[in-house]
Amino acid sequence: MEVFSKDASLMDMNSFSPMMPTSPLSMINQIKFEDEPDLKDLFITVDEPESHVTTIETFITYRIITKTSRGEFDSSEFEVRRRYQDFLWLKGKLEEAHPTLIIPPLPEKFIVKGMVERFNDDFIETRRKALHKFLNRIADHPTLTFNEDFKIFLTAQAWELSSHKKQGPGLLSRMGQTVRAVASSMRGVKNRPEEFMEMNNFIELFSQKINLIDKISQRIYKEEREYFDEMKEYGPIHILWSASEEDLVDTLKDVASCIDRCCKATEKRMSGLSEALLPVVHEYVLYSEMLMGVMKRRDQIQAELDSKVEALTYKKADTDLLPEEIGKLEDKVECANNALKADWERWKQNMQNDIKLAFTDMAEENIHYYEQCLATWESFLTSQTNLHLEEASEDKP
Amino acid sequence: MEQAPPDPERQLQPAPLEPLGSPDAGLGAAVGKEAEGAGEESSGVDTMTHNNFWLKKIEISVSEAEKRTGRNAMNMQETYTAYLIETRSVEHTDGQSVLTDSLWRRYSEFELLRSYLLVYYPHIVVPPLPEKRAEFVWHKLSADNMDPDFVERRRIGLENFLLRIASHPILCRDKIFYLFLTQVFFFYLADSRLKALNATFRVKNPDKRFTDLKHYSDELQSVISHLLRVRARVADRLYGVYKVHGNYGRVFSEWSAIEKEMGDGLQSAGHHMDVYASSIDDILEDEEHYADQLKEYLFYAEALRAVCRKHELMQYDLEMAAQDLASKKQQCEELATGTVRTFSLKGMTTKLFGQETPEQREARIKVLEEQINEGEQQLKSKNLEGREFVKNAWADIERFKEQKNRDLKEALISYAVMQISMCKKGIQVWTNAKECFSKM
Repeated sequence: MEVFSKDASLMDMNSFSPMMPTSPLSMINQIKFEDEPDLKDLFITVDEPESHVTTIETFITYRIITKTSRGEFDSSEFEVRRRYQDFLWLKGKLEEAHPTLIIPPLPEKFIVKGMVERFNDDFIETRRKALHKFLNRIADHPTLTFNEDFKIFLTAQAWELSSHKKQGPGLLSRMGQTVRAVASSMRGVKNRPEEFMEMNNFIELFSQKINLIDKISQRIYKEEREYFDEMKEYGPIHILWSASEEDLVDTLKDVASCIDRCCKATEKRMSGLSEALLPVVHEYVLYSEMLMGVMKRRDQIQAELDSKVEALTYKKADTDLLPEEIGKLEDKVECANNALKADWERWKQNMQNDIKLAFTDMAEENIHYYEQCLATWESFLTSQTNLHLEEASEDKP
Repeated sequence: MEQAPPDPERQLQPAPLEPLGSPDAGLGAAVGKEAEGAGEESSGVDTMTHNNFWLKKIEISVSEAEKRTGRNAMNMQETYTAYLIETRSVEHTDGQSVLTDSLWRRYSEFELLRSYLLVYYPHIVVPPLPEKRAEFVWHKLSADNMDPDFVERRRIGLENFLLRIASHPILCRDKIFYLFLTQVFFFYLADSRLKALNATFRVKNPDKRFTDLKHYSDELQSVISHLLRVRARVADRLYGVYKVHGNYGRVFSEWSAIEKEMGDGLQSAGHHMDVYASSIDDILEDEEHYADQLKEYLFYAEALRAVCRKHELMQYDLEMAAQDLASKKQQCEELATGTVRTFSLKGMTTKLFGQETPEQREARIKVLEEQINEGEQQLKSKNLEGREFVKNAWADIERFKEQKNRDLKEALISYAVMQISMCKKGIQVWTNAKECFSKM
């Protein structure tokens, strides 16, 4: 299925929307930030995970609520239930339709280490948040937001969706595509234009670094958790001690309560980390994998062109039809490259904002943590010195 | 320095509860010949007369530590640390101090001094030494006795030990303490005296206050050990949290190389992460001093127990003497009246081999009466001794209690101060980092 060509009728968007870019090139000028509320007309939430048991399997569905003011939607509110498989289908369709656009990543199928149980509460919650992010990122994407399969995903009833799913290209043709892709990917890499070489270098390095940051951040969370666990035991020992020291009872009890308050502050810091930083960093780990896929697909499209050109040059096949085919492929390559370039700039901008926000939040959490602990210990110190002054004045005749 | 020749009899008797008058009296006999023959007298010993030694203000410091190698009792090479003890007398009104003595001692010599004080001042809560081996170590801290941080903390602990003795109203006047500070050759105490203190025995009527004190010291020891153990674990975890942040520094720096706009922000934020990570070393080192303060009282618990044991020993001795006297009185009465109730070897042999003559019986009664007299006198003096001991011991225990309350409160406050400092540093670093992040 061709997506981008000079023939506008093949573009996968509704021509009535005022925001619709008329050509791929104009998208470069439309770098839009994620949260511009005045331009948003599609609001999606993912919530209420529910367990379903059938004779064959057990699975989780998530409720998806869509609110929109767009004309092309039959209603202004929709509520559907979808399972992870459905999300996978949607992603596959988007990649098919827009091979060189940066499709948002889905949370992993399974978590390798840590949670083994698929239906563990933390796992489900983390996945729910990631699915919510996934759909919202698509909604905010200038092109993807108008994708037909996306609309069906958000609005169709369960049976409607299954029948629609069956209409896509069959399994065999999909497999054929993969084989061709592998065969031609190497050729695409050889003739990759300079700017895409740079892009590829960036992607490789970025992928390395973001993976490391992901590991470091997970490790910090683990260390903070273990610190918290030890601290919980620390405070109560002072209470125990106060039982055998009549003159130090108050001081010891106060120390114990300070330690307990710092303990609570640590817990808050930990949850801040797991809410603000870890999911963002992890999403970009998945994004970096996505990006490598996008590069491959771009290379593959180029390789198709290159092989035809080669055939023409060396008169390998029937050369009558080749010039026309080559012309079409040249268009295809140009569209793919431009789409990727535009989306790349947009993605980079978002990445910078997201990373900046995530780390700023983390710093803020730490500042807040230390401020709380400081206040706790300072008030202890004040009460001790006040006590001292009281005692001193009591001793005076 | 005039010395009486060492008198073995005197060496085995406990010293009077309070040294009389000048430090010379009574204890001179305990000093061995080695001390007398000591040619290596530090300068200034002869210029200081003993009579007014303690009237002048003195400053004691353990100023240096040095690694040494030597040969031990089994002629094997060993490495140990020697500590320099310097004594200064504050002579002038303007507070200027003059170095009067300095000598090197190793830990085992400090142990000897303490053992001596324990024996000779059983009613006193003797200040403890810093730990012999590093215990309650959080794993990043070295457990090696030669580790410079451990040596440094021990140096401070040894100085603290000497200062506590010097500020104790009774212990400061001890002659042996003076010799420890000034004489290079120290004397060796007999082990037997120390071993006697550890003998087990059963007391029928201990003073309740001492029993309570023993329970208290057990509780104190157990709760402080527990506290120190958990503190070490907490320190370990805290170290982990800080150090992992340091990894950000390296990765941010590498990442900044490929970023145009974010590069500077990442780079400088990374620097602050490094600062954060390295700040934990000083923070935890300071906390070790707090741990040492607690450890001192952990070891004081042992000193308290020693005083209780001495009381028990005296009480046991008293009860045995009373029992012995009662049994002799009964024997005497039986002989006088002719009834035999108590078992005695003489009684048995008399039964087996025939009655003794009246003269023999008279002689025996006379001997017993003498023994009873002696026994009654001894019991009287033991009772007196016991009461004196209890009186003096409680005086010192009260003094100890006040000292302990002051010191522990101060330690807890210093802990709060340390936490405050750590929090302030944290706020500083993260505020800087936040600024860098927001500029990315």
